[in-house]
Amino acid sequence: MKDHSRLSEVFNEDEQRVNWHDETLWWIRQKRDKAANMLPEWELLRENASQIKHHTLSNLANYLEQFESKALANGITVHWAANAVEHNEIVLSILNRNGIDQIVKSKSMLTEECHLNAFLESNGVGVVDSDLGERIVQLAEEPPSHIVLPCIHKKKEEIGELFHKHLGTAHGEADPQVLTEAARQDLRSVFLTRRAALTGVNFAVAETGEIVICTNEGNADMGVHLADIHIASMGIEKIIPKRKDLGIFLRLLARSATGQPITTYSSHFKTPRLGQEMHMILVDNGRSRQLGREEFRNSLKCIRCGACMNTCPVYRRSGGHSYQYTISGPIGSILAPNLDMQKHADLPFASTLCGSCTNVCPVKIDIHNQLYQWRQVLVAAGKTTATKRWGMKIASTLFAYPALFGAAGKLGRSLMKITPYLFKNRLNPWYHQREMPAPPEQSFREWYKKQRNNKD
Amino acid sequence: MTMANSRSKILEAVKLSQPAFSEIITANIPQSKENLPAKFAGASTNVGGKFIQLNTLEELKSYIAENFKRTGIILSDIVELSDFSVLEIKEMDPHSLANVELAILRANLAVAENGTCWLPEENAIQRVLPFITQHLIVVVSNDAFVPSMHQAYEIIDQDIYGYGVFIAGPSKTADIEQSLVLGAHGPRSMTICLIQELNNKEKR
Ligand code: SF4
Repeated sequence: MKDHSRLSEVFNEDEQRVNWHDETLWWIRQKRDKAANMLPEWELLRENASQIKHHTLSNLANYLEQFESKALANGITVHWAANAVEHNEIVLSILNRNGIDQIVKSKSMLTEECHLNAFLESNGVGVVDSDLGERIVQLAEEPPSHIVLPCIHKKKEEIGELFHKHLGTAHGEADPQVLTEAARQDLRSVFLTRRAALTGVNFAVAETGEIVICTNEGNADMGVHLADIHIASMGIEKIIPKRKDLGIFLRLLARSATGQPITTYSSHFKTPRLGQEMHMILVDNGRSRQLGREEFRNSLKCIRCGACMNTCPVYRRSGGHSYQYTISGPIGSILAPNLDMQKHADLPFASTLCGSCTNVCPVKIDIHNQLYQWRQVLVAAGKTTATKRWGMKIASTLFAYPALFGAAGKLGRSLMKITPYLFKNRLNPWYHQREMPAPPEQSFREWYKKQRNNKD
Repeated sequence: MTMANSRSKILEAVKLSQPAFSEIITANIPQSKENLPAKFAGASTNVGGKFIQLNTLEELKSYIAENFKRTGIILSDIVELSDFSVLEIKEMDPHSLANVELAILRANLAVAENGTCWLPEENAIQRVLPFITQHLIVVVSNDAFVPSMHQAYEIIDQDIYGYGVFIAGPSKTADIEQSLVLGAHGPRSMTICLIQELNNKEKR
């Protein structure tokens, strides 16, 4: 299997595209900054959100039971799935019982995590994703590359090509306005004909048993309000205690995600529509295990805003697909190894540990710390390659002994000058797509010492 | 169902894994109550909405006549707009609303910081209506405005609804190269109309 760094190399072959990807995401990050800076209470909001999530995790079992009993009282059928297989089986059995073989689905990272589409299709159920970005990657037969912006890696010309093939738009048509209109017409007929709609969940309120779904397009609502059956899939970490907590989370979510003050629609589903059937599936799939890992449990606070991806220098220049997990970027790199340490051992290393993710996270997850922690765990568990293991060992020795660190630096600087090929060769992956600056005459420490001496 | 014991398995695992109980410590966030309609207008425009102020519902009628196609289906449950009203839509099959051109609905709560209006099921008439209509007008009165989402939830905290939605402007997407397009699946336009002579209290 190719690891993250190999796949980023492939992504980096097209330099123009990488630059475009990088700049687009950075532009979104700047919009987030603008939105955050407009609220003097921003830091207070983040702190409150983090506290509420912390409290919820500390009382999660009770809240889950409370949520279930309220939802039942609201006329909703509640299902529990320990893993992806059970989740998919539950969905299929609801559809089979009602003789439904075509559904419409709005954005749900959980169903991606469970590979629901492939499972349903192999069981004769057709799935149409209704979020425009998700529809595009579905037509391209690709997974989403970003949790909020599923086709951020695609150029409009490529999307035009797909729509020409599947939706019959004119050849060469790449105007976003025209393409969106074509998707609107096509999906409208889907909404009007599907008897079951599947959605994700952004927040589930324990106090009332209601769920909240946030979209800009209105696709979740169009699907659900026209269907006989609504199935909502949620991870058990989506719980919040009270309805009024939504005030805090809704103020943070869209501002962090895209810089909007709120998503166009924040829909609260409490009871099924008259004559409608509503199912909620509560999914664990490794979450209770992550909850038990003290150093990583904070990752369950995530509200999936995507801000950590938009700001991440590695994500921006390697693309979501290089992570090979439903949730990419910094937070995905914490969640993935929980599910499969061997398969995703490369991800916690796909970071510069610059900490920018931690700074933007609306629920104050210490993302870069957790990535660092995962490295320790993975190395100790022998899940990493020998190069990485030795690299980590040498680095930690050097950091532990300052004198040795100084000497090694000096040696490195002279060696780079005398024998540059020692560093710049095919065996050193650092040089792929990179040039090294000329080594400085003196290290920062040496410079600093000299400055101090001059002053004294 | 075969997953009958998954419930207890999950709850057991969560109980074992969850950290020691901690209280919520949250701080109060004060908000200024000044100039709310003006702030709302600005925020609403930023999210693609259109904000207008009229004195009476009679004026709204002429506004609609001037700005919207007469040929399409226009629906409203506002009594003063009875030219358009179709009172039995509450019971209609939602699919039969597919060709609605314009819906004029009443909101009792509008949030200044982000330009959203709150439409619980009763105000939406049918859950699908504010989404399936090509254009949406939401009528509000001067006392509908609150500064932020915190005050909005203080007001609806104890409300009983089966469904409710905060709506901020027309349906939109930027999924194709981040170019903003209005009218993704839902309304292509949203107009928020402040009617001076209206008073909220009558409906709340
Ligand atoms: S970890 Fe934080 S910043 Fe990243 S997606 Fe989750 S909530 Fe957003």
